[in-house]
Amino acid sequence: MTVIKTKVDRRSFLKTSALAGGGLVIGFNWACSPSAEVKDPASAWFDINAYLTIADNGEITIMSPNPEIGQNVKTSMPMLVAEELDVDWKDVIVKQAPLDNVFPRQVAGGSQSIRSSWKSMRMAGATARRLMIETAAKEWAVDANSLTTKGGYVLNGSKKLSYGELASKAVGIEIPEEVTLKDPKDFTIIGKSQKNVDLNEIITGKPVFGIDYKQEGMQYAVVLRPPAFGAKLKSFDDTEARKVSGVSDVIQFGDKVAVLGNNTWAAMKGKKALVANWDMSGQLEDTPYHDSEMNKLLNKRSERPSRNDGDALKAIASADRVFEKTYEAPFLPHNTMEPMNFFADATGDKVKLVGPIQTPAGTRGQIARLLEKSPDDITLEMTRMGGGFGRRLYGDFALEAAEISQKANKAVQVIFSREDDMTAGTYRPASKYKFRAAIKDGKLTGYHLSGAGMGRNNWVRPDWFPAGGIENYLIESSYIDTNITTGAWRAPITNFLAVAEQCFFDELAAEMGQDAVQLRLDILERAKNNPVGEIDYEPAKMIGVIKLAAEKGNWGKAESGVSKGFSAYYSHNTYVAEVADVIMKDGNPIVKNVTVAVDCGIVVNPDAAINQIQGGVVDGMGHALYGDFSFINGTPQASNFNNYRLIRTKEAPTVDVHFVESLNDPTGLGEPSLPPAGGALANAMAKATGNRFYKIPFIKDQMVFG
Amino acid sequence: MATYQLTINGKQQTVEADADTPMLWVLRDHLDLKGTKFGCGIAQCGACTIHMDGNAVRSCSIPVSAVSEAKITTIEGLSEKADHVLQKAWVEHDVPQCGYCQAGQIMNAAALLQSNSSPSMDEIENSMNGNLCRCGTYNKIKAAITSAAANL
Repeated sequence: MTVIKTKVDRRSFLKTSALAGGGLVIGFNWACSPSAEVKDPASAWFDINAYLTIADNGEITIMSPNPEIGQNVKTSMPMLVAEELDVDWKDVIVKQAPLDNVFPRQVAGGSQSIRSSWKSMRMAGATARRLMIETAAKEWAVDANSLTTKGGYVLNGSKKLSYGELASKAVGIEIPEEVTLKDPKDFTIIGKSQKNVDLNEIITGKPVFGIDYKQEGMQYAVVLRPPAFGAKLKSFDDTEARKVSGVSDVIQFGDKVAVLGNNTWAAMKGKKALVANWDMSGQLEDTPYHDSEMNKLLNKRSERPSRNDGDALKAIASADRVFEKTYEAPFLPHNTMEPMNFFADATGDKVKLVGPIQTPAGTRGQIARLLEKSPDDITLEMTRMGGGFGRRLYGDFALEAAEISQKANKAVQVIFSREDDMTAGTYRPASKYKFRAAIKDGKLTGYHLSGAGMGRNNWVRPDWFPAGGIENYLIESSYIDTNITTGAWRAPITNFLAVAEQCFFDELAAEMGQDAVQLRLDILERAKNNPVGEIDYEPAKMIGVIKLAAEKGNWGKAESGVSKGFSAYYSHNTYVAEVADVIMKDGNPIVKNVTVAVDCGIVVNPDAAINQIQGGVVDGMGHALYGDFSFINGTPQASNFNNYRLIRTKEAPTVDVHFVESLNDPTGLGEPSLPPAGGALANAMAKATGNRFYKIPFIKDQMVFG
Repeated sequence: MATYQLTINGKQQTVEADADTPMLWVLRDHLDLKGTKFGCGIAQCGACTIHMDGNAVRSCSIPVSAVSEAKITTIEGLSEKADHVLQKAWVEHDVPQCGYCQAGQIMNAAALLQSNSSPSMDEIENSMNGNLCRCGTYNKIKAAITSAAANL
């Protein structure tokens, strides 16, 4: 049982008002984290950005500010409210809120939806329940504390009043100073698997995605973009394009040319018929250039290391042995199954935008500046997204739609072909990691990691494992700029940092003649009991998942023909350890099964959580095996699924998921199973084949796979 | 531009389109049947899978002029009440994440079960290998097909 305050000073975390048509509206901030110890509340907490409504007919609706990208928040967030409100799960629905000034902070990303809304959603539900009780107490003229609730009713002995009957009358009731949240042991909805609320629409083909949006008379726009990063449009000839039946217009904007058609196919054919001349005299980068620049950085000592405990360089200089390995990963496209697309109608004073976007407010702001409009004159409707993985944090495609619509004076839907999607991406940037370990008297005495990547990122996580567990510890990060557009890709930075680190520890353990799991546990014991410096993870939790994965995955037990690889990583506040089982078939390694142990606190929706974890493992292994993307003269060298390989069903292992039982608040789930997956795979394959893997894609690194 | 008489989900439809227009765009843009999805345009991902006389085909690579009198079924016409054995299995296993590829997965699996009512795991994998799922729901897809076959 947790008591949380709904008010600080005279300000409330919640506001109530009447629902148009009858009922009660509770406004709150879905991402605030009120607690009993609030002293100086951030003003942002008082920005109401989510609404819970109870209509007169008893229907309970959450207007969620956050978009659904496949992480299932549209199902799991209302579960939190339903739990505390004490209603039947089937009576709660969640609706996607349109971008509106009353929802000032609409952003999605970073596996944070549930974590940040855990308390606020429950508080809103608990407050609404309390208001129902107080309203009923007034109706019956009894003490509120004598009343109970069940399934959407307030109960008074044999009498009962439904929330629907009480909703309108609750409007004037003052919000309680504090409300009591349930003890997690008493949960009846949270912790029980609930089906995806959009399941029926998905399996019957309803038009729920951005690309499905249609407005009568709208034109489809397909865009010719520069063939290389750094190229510019010199001139173009649209004579043939305009002859294609169904093509209605050709519009140049910047270095791009849009072909508009009354169907997508006409626009695509029109684009193919364009003849363009490109100025290729600018900076055209290629992969060998990136490689050599990153190599230079790896060997250059930083004046301001990310972390420096003890004296790692001295430990290395005085070691019996120095073990050194470098790992590298390429740029990667996101390849959401739904290609980028967006609808814009900028033909009048008001602008209408519809489509799949993770950052609606920021995108609207950019479009307002582009079109020289006030954001108040722009509406943006968010649709379900056919995958995000970070790509839909960037609204370039929405800006294109808005600009084309204004220039052509037509409502348009911009559609990327797969080739457009893959070659005009916002890529996971390439990176490299060089590790050095000092070994003296059989012990690990020093550790030095140098990370380098393309673009201004922090390429390391200096305060996570193995921080605190090694006396002499030096972490450095450096970057070079690039004109290739880069951005977040599922589990940014750690999607490869974890692979490199977990491969290194596996090989280091072998070098030291130690068990790969025991080496990690030894470092973690030190970090737990007597940490070197401050650390930003909980070694005990990491030890917990490592032991659980080792037990469930039969680590250390010989299984005929099976080679096992271990990996563990902490990210997005969640701890994950994985054991990959690889067998050899016709001379090729095949991943059969992956055992995963997860500590993500309370598991809100177990089946959906398992789905996220399985997906992350398959995604991580797939991209480690096959993710192959390079540039020559600024030009991407893969463009569609015939020359870019994604993991398919035959190659996907079974994934066996085990949760650490926990009553802690829930943490991230959309990303954390991905970072450790590639390392577990590489370490198992190393055992199976005798070859170590240092470069993604592994398929090209020393081995040929079937 | 030519006129085509098509049989889609049991209904006669008349479409004016260029002969080379893929069925994918005829369905999506001309007939507003948005359940069939665009993924790659070159028959490599399976998102656009439909049935042509009961066989699973990639609608992005079938021009409207090649359809002739073949009976076309899309996800919208797979069942009247979302009660095809695979749709029920998809609900039982709560398969989708983003959901975009799922209509193509279901249509491909439906054609498999039509020709083989008790497929082995190898047969399921071979049949479904052309359908990409970027979210990685392959474990759940295979479990759902296995359940559906058991309920035939």
